Amino acid sequence: MLKFIAGRLVQSVFVMLFVGAIAFTLFQFVGDPINSMVAEDATMAEREALRERLGLNDPIVVQFARFAGNMATGDFGFSYQHKRPVSDLIVERLPATLELAGLSVVLALLIGIPMGVYTGLHRYGVISKVFMTLSLIGVSLPTFLIGILFIYLFSVILGWLPSFGRGDTVQLGWWSTGLLTASGWSAIILPAVTLGLFQMTLVMRLVRAEMMEVLRTDYIKFARARGLSNRAVHFGHALKNTMVPVITITGLQIGSLIAFAIITETVFQWPGMGRLFLQAIRQVDIPIMSAYLVMIGFFFVVINLIVDILYYVVDPRLRIDRAKGAN
Amino acid sequence: MALLNIQDMKIQFPSRRGTVEAVKGISLEVNGGEIVGVVGESGAGKSTIGNAVIGLLEAPGRMTGGVVSLHNERIDNLPFQTLQKIRGRKIGMIFQDPLTSLNPLFTVGQQLVETVRTHLDMSESDARKRAIEMLDEVGIADAENRVDQYPHQFSGGMRQRVVIALALAVNPKLVIADEPTTALDVSIQAQILDLIRKLCKERNVGVIIITHDMGVIAEITDRVAVMYRGKIVELGQTEQVLGRPEHPYTKSLMAAVPRSDVKLDRFPRVSYSDGEVKQHQHIDIHSHWLGKSRDYVQKDGPLVRCENISMRFTSRYSIIPSWRKYFLAVDDVSFDIKHGEIFGVVGESGSGKSTVARMISGLYTPSKGKIYFDNTSVSDLKTDKELDPFRRQIQMIFQDPYSSLNPRMRVFDVIAEPIRHHRLAESKEQVTQIVEDLLEHVELGRQAAWKYPHEFSGGQRQRISIARALATRPRFLICDEPTSALDVSIQAQILNLLKDLQQELGLTMLFISHDLPVIRQMCDRVAVMQNGKIVEVAETEKLFTDPQHPYTQRLLTLMPTLNFQAAV
Repeated sequence: MLKFIAGRLVQSVFVMLFVGAIAFTLFQFVGDPINSMVAEDATMAEREALRERLGLNDPIVVQFARFAGNMATGDFGFSYQHKRPVSDLIVERLPATLELAGLSVVLALLIGIPMGVYTGLHRYGVISKVFMTLSLIGVSLPTFLIGILFIYLFSVILGWLPSFGRGDTVQLGWWSTGLLTASGWSAIILPAVTLGLFQMTLVMRLVRAEMMEVLRTDYIKFARARGLSNRAVHFGHALKNTMVPVITITGLQIGSLIAFAIITETVFQWPGMGRLFLQAIRQVDIPIMSAYLVMIGFFFVVINLIVDILYYVVDPRLRIDRAKGAN
Repeated sequence: MALLNIQDMKIQFPSRRGTVEAVKGISLEVNGGEIVGVVGESGAGKSTIGNAVIGLLEAPGRMTGGVVSLHNERIDNLPFQTLQKIRGRKIGMIFQDPLTSLNPLFTVGQQLVETVRTHLDMSESDARKRAIEMLDEVGIADAENRVDQYPHQFSGGMRQRVVIALALAVNPKLVIADEPTTALDVSIQAQILDLIRKLCKERNVGVIIITHDMGVIAEITDRVAVMYRGKIVELGQTEQVLGRPEHPYTKSLMAAVPRSDVKLDRFPRVSYSDGEVKQHQHIDIHSHWLGKSRDYVQKDGPLVRCENISMRFTSRYSIIPSWRKYFLAVDDVSFDIKHGEIFGVVGESGSGKSTVARMISGLYTPSKGKIYFDNTSVSDLKTDKELDPFRRQIQMIFQDPYSSLNPRMRVFDVIAEPIRHHRLAESKEQVTQIVEDLLEHVELGRQAAWKYPHEFSGGQRQRISIARALATRPRFLICDEPTSALDVSIQAQILNLLKDLQQELGLTMLFISHDLPVIRQMCDRVAVMQNGKIVEVAETEKLFTDPQHPYTQRLLTLMPTLNFQAAV
């Protein structure tokens, strides 16, 4: 187990170095950073001095080592546009994105899994058919369209929920949370549902397919033949056996939720990482772009590590040394 | 008063293509402490009866008539909740495959404790004590520790013991065992049957054993019911039914069981049938493409020679070589197979017999040693170009007819593919002709070419596999347990077909099986394998009449014998 995690950590370092290398090349190829930093009328000498001071004349390997070292210590450089450290900007924006993504994952799992179990058990029921049809809509409609429809219905026509922003936030140390105020909650509902709808339908369909598969197995039949209650059979024996693929997909999806919250954040004017990134692209603000890239890579690596560890928790067949058990 | 009483039970499966009547009014009684066998071919409806008694008929099947009573109380019309209390508590069930009947994610103890606590008002720790007692009773050593292990840490036979412990955990009065030993080796089978009999007598439990294996019936049951197409055609004391069968179906079924005592020329088929039998057109092998242009000369000496071959699998990999762990599946094995002979390999599962087959066919490369085919060392050939002629001459028929055919390919393409690959035919028309002839010859009919594998039964699929193997005009056929997934009657047909083909085409065969009677009927010489080594090689007759090695002797004594067979 420890050996496995250690191996994974070593792999992660290589993945992060690779992502870092891509982020680093941004600086080399996307315009000359000196141009965006100095005044229009700066002399060649001034430019050269700045170039020397920033270390841009050093060999490329030295520059990359310095860049990687900075990234590892959380120093992402200065934003050209905001004239502030990128790390400060990220700390401001990150909680908004993480809360949004976190809530949509929770919604997707809390609603998707029971719906999947239900439709898996009552395959031909009317409610199952309604769920399945609705889920088709969830899978096929693009996020921005759902967002706009929600805004139109709940904000414009009904006027129940705000259409943009995060509402009031409370500062907990460096973390600003909207989950402790009423206006924060009412603001997060629409974007979280919009973002989570696709994942929810995905989880539901996955759990349904897996449940149908598992319910056909001999051990479920044997469990029934022992007179176990339906609840024990369905939720104890069957559901747990569906979890490995669900964990895999959910893990991958959490990563993409954070990475691709951009669209939802734009539709709902959500002050998160995605919007910061979009603005950065428009302004060719390379430090923010590369920091965003490295961070998303980092999230994916961490989530995948957690997913791998969860496999071990769920499935004993992976956990125990095979040689030990044979007789 | 009987423990279980089934009166005139009828079961139907409605489907789009009309209603199938699986069980057509059967009556059966089981007393406490008695073992009743239900025997028949697949599709006879024997498993359906067991499922119906415990109320687990698969939708859309339903009982349309009759009464099932346990202790004089009717149980077939009970509401779901009440029925659930009977399952496990009063009727226990044992399934065929011990590898899949236990939930892999829970420890054996958790599953036992859950079952006990569902039915009895017991505390967690009392239930655990009970679980350990049960494991101890079914013969699991060190139950104290093993109770916390997961199913995958038990071997197949041990898992079936756990399944039995689970079925008996709350002292049911009736146990239904559906093919309880079919998936197990002979030696394990004997142990499990002993265990079932012991528990049955000690606890005065009524047992229904559902099986297609006459040996099991003869070994363990007190009474037996023979089923044919949803009806019980004969019912009585086991000795009487097997020894002096009255119904023609029972007679032909008994005659079709491969005999271990004497070698017959052909396998007797189950001749009794109330449907019509379709005749197929056989081709004259010698004038046909299959028999012609056999581009080799018959030589003296062995066709296949294995010299000191070993196969080593890595069971745990490590970067440092000395930390790696290996499993020696085949350990320094040597033997010859002569031209035109059927060479048998017999052994329990894990003895390495399939690994030998896979090495000869080229699926595995031996870790050590050399394999010669027709005096060429096949192990030294590397490129596809060099190997292709040998691959054409060596063909394989696998055990599982369900997974050895590509479900997305039509039967025509399944058989035509090797012909096309090796460019054996001159034109498209000839390919079509060959495939159709092959299908006729294996008694499937040319219409079969346009269907997909899932439209066929297990025996028919095995015929497709045989046709596919013949399509390259091979010299050497490897059959790895070709009939162990099939019924007695189908087995006889397939084995007869293989025997005929072997004689007509002058094939050389490697025949692998764990079934000793089948080996005796099929093979000229036999090698006995144990733990990766060959312990004895002998002429078949000599091996069965005068076994030399103690392991061979033990295997022969474990073979379930039909003592009543002399009368047939």
